[in-house]
Amino acid sequence: MEYKVAYKMPESLSKKQFSYCPGCHHGIVHRLIAEVIDELGIREKTIIIAPVGCSVFAYEFFELDGTVAAHGRALAVATGMKRARPDLVVFTYQGDGDLAAIGTAETIHAANRGERVTTIFINNAIYGMTGGQMAPTTLLGMKTTTSPYGRAAEREGYPIHVCEVLKELRGVAYLARTKVNSPKDVITTKKHIKKAFLAQLKDLGFGLVEVLSTCPTNWGMDPLRAGKWIDEHMVKEYPLGVFVDKVGEEK
Amino acid sequence: MKKAYIEIDEERCKGCGLCINICPQKIIRFSERFNSKGYHPAEQNDPEGKCNGCGFCYMMCPDVCITVYRLAPVRGETQ
Repeated sequence: MEYKVAYKMPESLSKKQFSYCPGCHHGIVHRLIAEVIDELGIREKTIIIAPVGCSVFAYEFFELDGTVAAHGRALAVATGMKRARPDLVVFTYQGDGDLAAIGTAETIHAANRGERVTTIFINNAIYGMTGGQMAPTTLLGMKTTTSPYGRAAEREGYPIHVCEVLKELRGVAYLARTKVNSPKDVITTKKHIKKAFLAQLKDLGFGLVEVLSTCPTNWGMDPLRAGKWIDEHMVKEYPLGVFVDKVGEEK
Repeated sequence: MKKAYIEIDEERCKGCGLCINICPQKIIRFSERFNSKGYHPAEQNDPEGKCNGCGFCYMMCPDVCITVYRLAPVRGETQ
């Protein structure tokens, strides 16, 4: 008998320390992406496009080639890269301020054109890096630095549901919403991310996985309370599930 | 002989406590020490050998500091 490694840091992550706050779910999602890339064996031909936001240095944390796009334009850059080099696997990693606010047009049109790229969308209902301003995905009644009395529908409008908007577009091949605040959800999220990559590898169309994530610092909670807050509030506004699946079985 | 154990990269740990909260055996705790970032890192306290290598701590760790080892038979060895 001897001890064997059951779980360890995936090869596709560089050993660099993450720059995220303690308890932030970005790190979990980074790890899942790296595990999926390892499992699919596509590390040498994958390109990451980092957004503007907390994850702006995401290309540093992966053992992959990558770049940063202008705010919200990650999918426009990804479109160019994928069309110039269709043999590569291109994915973007974007937050809600990047993908759902300034980058709404790029997102919707890239999805509608059915670009063969994958997007991992982190929805934490707030602008994290700039200090907790209201995002389009902020929940009604949620207090942020720019909605100090709580978001009101008559003043700031309703939260935008990215998956529900995109599911009507015919270019989308895989679309799912998930969360990572328990081991069970982490395992299902990994399956969703894998299928979103398979949608690209099988040349089916655009793949997007929305991950409901915490922002303990800007929500003003400790990491455990923030994890519970996702179940209590975010899931009610953003129901989990698979919206589009043209990939079929994981094979 | 313990069934399994974990190793925590204390310099990488930010002391968020997600692994401590999720551990089904409740055998992870905050260390008394500080790391160079000023956090109390997590450490395993498992004198009774309760760890079974489920990997929940690894799955929930946002900074990927945990490595899980499980006892496994070597090829050719009889149990």
